[in-house]
Amino acid sequence: MTASAPGTRTLNPARLTRIGAVLAIGVVTPLLFPAYQSQATELLLFIVFALAWDLVGGQMGYTSFGNVLFVGVGMYVAAIVQVGLYYDVGLYNEAKGGGTQFVFDTSQFLIGLGLGLIAAAVAAGLTAFLLGPLVLGIRGHYFAICTLGLGIAAGQLAAGIPWIGGGSGMLTPNPPASLGDVGLLLYYLALSLALACTATFAWLLSTRFGLVLNAIRDDEDKAEAMGLPTRRAKIAAWVIAAAFLGVAGALYGNQVRFIDPTETAFAGATIGVWMILMALLGGKGTLLGPIVGAILFQITKELFWTYLLGWQRVALGVLIIVVAVFFPEGIVGYARARSRRSEETP
Amino acid sequence: MIGNLLILYQAPALGVQLLIDGILIGAVFALAAYGMALVWGVTNIINVAQGEFVMLGGFVAVFCAEHGLPLLLAVPIAAAVLYALGWALFRLVIVHLIGRDMFISVLATFGIAIVLQQVMARLFGAGDRIVDSGLASWFLFDGLVGIAQVKVLVFACCLVLGAGLTVFLQRSRAGQAIRAVAQEPRAAAVLGIETDKVYGLTFALNAAICGAAGALAAMAYPIHPYGGLSYTIRSFMIVVVAGLGNLAGVVWAAAGLGVAESFAGFVLGPQYQIAFVFGLLVVVLVLRNRMLRRQRQYLR
Repeated sequence: MTASAPGTRTLNPARLTRIGAVLAIGVVTPLLFPAYQSQATELLLFIVFALAWDLVGGQMGYTSFGNVLFVGVGMYVAAIVQVGLYYDVGLYNEAKGGGTQFVFDTSQFLIGLGLGLIAAAVAAGLTAFLLGPLVLGIRGHYFAICTLGLGIAAGQLAAGIPWIGGGSGMLTPNPPASLGDVGLLLYYLALSLALACTATFAWLLSTRFGLVLNAIRDDEDKAEAMGLPTRRAKIAAWVIAAAFLGVAGALYGNQVRFIDPTETAFAGATIGVWMILMALLGGKGTLLGPIVGAILFQITKELFWTYLLGWQRVALGVLIIVVAVFFPEGIVGYARARSRRSEETP
Repeated sequence: MIGNLLILYQAPALGVQLLIDGILIGAVFALAAYGMALVWGVTNIINVAQGEFVMLGGFVAVFCAEHGLPLLLAVPIAAAVLYALGWALFRLVIVHLIGRDMFISVLATFGIAIVLQQVMARLFGAGDRIVDSGLASWFLFDGLVGIAQVKVLVFACCLVLGAGLTVFLQRSRAGQAIRAVAQEPRAAAVLGIETDKVYGLTFALNAAICGAAGALAAMAYPIHPYGGLSYTIRSFMIVVVAGLGNLAGVVWAAAGLGVAESFAGFVLGPQYQIAFVFGLLVVVLVLRNRMLRRQRQYLR
């Protein structure tokens, strides 16, 4: 069992200090390093991606390769709500957004964004809720390939619908100039989301629900035989992860400002596999692991993009292979195994 | 969509055309799926880079055609190149995956696929390519149904390769060793078969099969550096439907998939053809799960 031990987690002073320090770092980072603001936002969203993947893939043992499905659903639904509240979505996409025709004033933009994020969570959660009973009975590699298919099918379908821009994609609304730096707003939204995600998962994993998820991972048939509500727990975990993925996807779409159906929204070969890599690199099945993994991955990715431009996917592919083959327990897993060994042999 | 169905109803010749096209491309799918079943059965690894091997074989054929080599000579060259690549990949990566968690092998071979995609895009450009065969078409039913001769050639070559492979697995010592390891690796090892070598041979052989299939496919169907995943998914689907080690089933499932895809591409529109393949995969897996569940027994 590599799961974090459940039980009473009190807010002792040391813990409060740590939380305070993380909060302070999060709040001041964009103010101190404005040049890295967009990378920092991306990192926070990656943390959510990795955590959400790990809840189902690491804690529950259902290794999904198609979580981009929820990212993409959230991204599109948020953009559709943001535009659709004030304009006709079909016309907006026909005109490729922007221009003088489709202007959003401050309140329109903010209300749109707020409602869009809520709609993204609901839509992604609902997608998971509807698909869950169908696909969560599939196990092991069949589940992995099935979800891979789901993510790509969704991208291909989205690329065929002209109403949402078809294959040429959709632009998110232009933020009004009066709003100032929207990047900063998105950063703080992403920060809140990452904190909310971490806190929610920490709480979930400290409850009985977390134990049920781990039991499913360790031996689903036994868990079922012991009378645990495996079916409900699996669907619940998937829906929760999907809702977070949806909101993160919505913010990601607003961050990059352009939604390509197969390259940004349902990008199985990039974001879809990156979130697995992040969780694995940091330590699958731990709460801290995906966060550590996301930070390391974001740095590595930026370095690859800067110094290996044109070969960055090759470099990332090699990284995936190396981590999967030689370092599957991840950093946190490795550290825990080491400390356990040193405890056993003093 | 309904309009297309009406057209199909009013012009049955069109249906014949789609049927023939589907069966013809089914042979390529069958070859790739056969390779996947071989690796899956022997090493218990699902090779997600299967489609990339097919695409790479196609690009080798494109390269050969550009350098003026005869059309069919590209097939053994592609097979040889891919055999070498398969062997190298086995030594570097796959050997570490044997006996490991299935998730790790799916992820690692996915990594291989991502690497190969960009390497192909860098070497051959990120566009659709096809080898110009210079062959004409036959026409039936007063020209209503056209059959490209090159597709028939590809179909025939795939059948010959598949038959050759079967004979190899049945008759040769190496083929028997592969089958022995697939059945019971420990017993095979006790009897003096070097299982590691057999695993390597199987993986390299699979790469060679895919290379040949890709070189053939490139003569009739466009290939793309990022187009491999759909071949992987098709192979996986065919193997799931047919079951491991069921060659006849693979052939039938592949022909069925080819026909289904060909009709879906016409009825839904070509832009939804890939979506159809991936959607069908989900449907197949969900149905398979339903059928398995019915067999499960409960103690009450």
